[in-house]
Amino acid sequence: MSLKYWPLELEEKEMRQIYAETLLELAQKDPRVVALEADLMSSISTNKIQSFIPKQLINCGIMEAHMMGVAAGFSLTGKIPFVHTFAQFATRRAFDQLFVSCAYAQLNVKIIGSDAGVTAEHNGGTHMAFEDLGLVRLIPHATVYEVSDSTMFRALLKQIYQEYGIHYIRTIRKKATRLYTNGESFPKGKGKCLRQGRDVAIIASGIMVEEALKAAEQLANRGIEAMVIDMYSIKPIDQDLLIHAAQKTGLIVTAENHNLIGGLGSAVAETLMETYPVPVYRVGVREQFGQVGKMDELKEVYGLTAEQIVQTVMKKWPKE
Amino acid sequence: MSELERFRDQIRLWTLKQLYALGFGHYGGSLSIVEVLAVLYGKIMNISPQQMHDERRDRFILSKGHGGPALYATLAVKGFFSYDLLYTLNQTGTRIPSHPDRNLTPGVEMTTGSLGQGLSVAVGVALSQKLSDLPSYTYTIVGDGELNEGQCWEAIQFAAHHKLHRLFVFVDDNKKQLDGWTKEICDPIDFVEKFRSFGFWVRRVNGASLEEIEAAIQAGKQQTEKPVAIILDTIKGQGVPYLEQKEDNHHIRPSDEDRQAIEEAIYELEQKCSTEDVIR
Repeated sequence: MSLKYWPLELEEKEMRQIYAETLLELAQKDPRVVALEADLMSSISTNKIQSFIPKQLINCGIMEAHMMGVAAGFSLTGKIPFVHTFAQFATRRAFDQLFVSCAYAQLNVKIIGSDAGVTAEHNGGTHMAFEDLGLVRLIPHATVYEVSDSTMFRALLKQIYQEYGIHYIRTIRKKATRLYTNGESFPKGKGKCLRQGRDVAIIASGIMVEEALKAAEQLANRGIEAMVIDMYSIKPIDQDLLIHAAQKTGLIVTAENHNLIGGLGSAVAETLMETYPVPVYRVGVREQFGQVGKMDELKEVYGLTAEQIVQTVMKKWPKE
Repeated sequence: MSELERFRDQIRLWTLKQLYALGFGHYGGSLSIVEVLAVLYGKIMNISPQQMHDERRDRFILSKGHGGPALYATLAVKGFFSYDLLYTLNQTGTRIPSHPDRNLTPGVEMTTGSLGQGLSVAVGVALSQKLSDLPSYTYTIVGDGELNEGQCWEAIQFAAHHKLHRLFVFVDDNKKQLDGWTKEICDPIDFVEKFRSFGFWVRRVNGASLEEIEAAIQAGKQQTEKPVAIILDTIKGQGVPYLEQKEDNHHIRPSDEDRQAIEEAIYELEQKCSTEDVIR
């Protein structure tokens, strides 16, 4: 294992703290930066920075659709709005506003969707977005990221601040597993190869990167060497890296905390189908809604585990 | 005839010419906002083609995007683009689509047409300007039918909460929406009471009267606590008696009889406007 942090462990800071800290840094540096919230400031820790930037942090109340319009209005006047709410509200609930007022109007809006997928835990099915990546991927020219650790989250927030357009970042709110060291860069349209391997490539994002790394260790014990890729940039996706992985291993398994339709697995399959077709098998949520539960238990329920990844590889092993 | 009346007639003339040339379109709700557009662009707003990059300019957002042809006529008369463009309304590849697009048309501040959304954007602009201590005004027109949209009421309560007194919301109360009378589809009951209870400064005026509209705007500007709602008592097809009386006048694909009436209305307006306007 070539990772700096191994065995894997949780980070010291929660992702929401990273969001609040980074936003404060950007807002204090640039008066054009404005953060919009829809009554979830305490959930994402921006309540802790409000007194420092009172004119740059607006709580819109529980009005997600309207909040997207306000963001568009801020962008029209040259501001740089960061919009946060839970992933399902940012996408499912306010999709036409995001689509028309922000994207179709070609404005500059950054959207942070938190608590995606099983990380919504006890908020349950109403709050559990397995569809957000698919929805935002459908928007022409939108950039779609799913972050896996705090170093990446901080870097991408600073990166999207500098780039005009519609950017969506999907994140968890609590502690992530540490994967990267400070100073690491995360270019748009690239993936990170975290582990080399010749037999199979496991391509994952978000919380599933950790599961992919664990799966690779389990596979190694069986003599199967798995490449592991953290594909944080889901749109645009790293076509060169995908082709490299396909050429080298001839077998791809994707893993995502998302519906199998529209998300990472779709993006990988669509790309390889047109460039270097090899078998692609997807681990993720298959035709199901969310439900309440503890995250570890929900991961078992939906098959979002290292074991599920290993089983998927073994079903196709030995390769034809 | 005053200069403002002439401006109004030019806007109405070119609204009709565009739609007539296209052969179909939103006659009803375009004609009902001609007067308010004339007052805004002719008298009230600090805006011109040269000011489009001035952050202090006043901004207008047509939330009821299907009134696009009236806005295009206004912008053409104001010199934002050539009159020739008006004859391309809704043609494939045009720069003036049925619903306004900020990336296509000079002078159009915001892309609208998905009802309810333009009002939120206008509120966002007004708040942004207020937070930046810029004393510009933001004007928007919503349809009475558009106020069916829940998002409008999110925007309205938000605007009042933030005391956006430089935000002016005009309600084109033409009493009809696509499928019929607003009263029958979802009774609005009383827009004045509604806006007032949401915290707006409100006036109801005759939406065909340039004087009443202007007076209401000037009165609204005298106070600095509340956003302003001006309810325009209008008629779909306003200013063209034949179209005012036509029952199904939201979107019209004219019959032979309709065409003749529209041609007559165009002729009458041409008589009132200068030769220069007519030739263009």
